[in-house]
Amino acid sequence: MVPKRHLWFPLALTFIAAPVNAETIQVTIDKLVFSPATVEAKVGDTIEWVNKDMFAHTATVKDGWDVMIPPKNSASLTLKAAGAVDYFCRFHPNMKGHIAVAP
Amino acid sequence: MLTRHTAALAALLLLGTAPLAQAADKPTDPQIAHIAYTAGVIDVEAAKQALKKSKNKEVLAFAKDMVRDHEAVNKQALDLVKKLKVTPEDNATSKALTKAATEERAKLAKLKGAAFDKAYVDNEVAYHKQVDGALETLLIPSASNAELKSLLETGLKIFQGHEQHAEHVASMLK
Ligand SMILES: [Cu+2]
Repeated sequence: MVPKRHLWFPLALTFIAAPVNAETIQVTIDKLVFSPATVEAKVGDTIEWVNKDMFAHTATVKDGWDVMIPPKNSASLTLKAAGAVDYFCRFHPNMKGHIAVAP
Repeated sequence: MLTRHTAALAALLLLGTAPLAQAADKPTDPQIAHIAYTAGVIDVEAAKQALKKSKNKEVLAFAKDMVRDHEAVNKQALDLVKKLKVTPEDNATSKALTKAATEERAKLAKLKGAAFDKAYVDNEVAYHKQVDGALETLLIPSASNAELKSLLETGLKIFQGHEQHAEHVASMLK
């Protein structure tokens, strides 16, 4: 396993800018809680919120993006800019999450 | 006027719950289910009044959120009581809540425009605060069924969220 991992490293570096390398990171919403509440991602990654509640929620950044997440459904956003963002639900501002976006 | 109403609601809640302070008189699960359900119905009715009377975009959006969320919680509550074969039981606290809400709606019915919007949203803040308190200090600790307790805990988070949402709308009306 160890030698294989070493082989992967240069490959990963080669393709780092290509979209094929982008990941989808899931954040689950259950009983008005984002989990994990904090995620680390990079530009080009997609956050997918999976809403298990019977309630509609949003993932909203003040003066930034706003994603509607319907009940028992999911919604996605591809991260375009680097930096750390705090987001919340407009309907239930006590729901909070954080994404650290690496360049 | 609002302060008086809030105080009245607080007093009513206290009156309704004061005898329940003794362990022997804790509300039963059927009573708790009734109180929680009633609290939701009241907020839906208040929202429907706002949907008819208000012209403010933020207020209308907030009222729609209230209808949607409280109907969703109450649907879950009805499903749960059916599953548990519990019949919600009317009680003094539910009656006091309904009476205070009926009076509040009559008062709001006389207001128009910005005065209505402000009174509605301010009352929403106060009302959600009251229900949060009742859920936290009385209903959740008294619930004996684990599923009912869990639904009440979700309800508390919804009510707390709405309280903050209402505060945000109130700040925009100023
Ligand atoms: Cu929400």
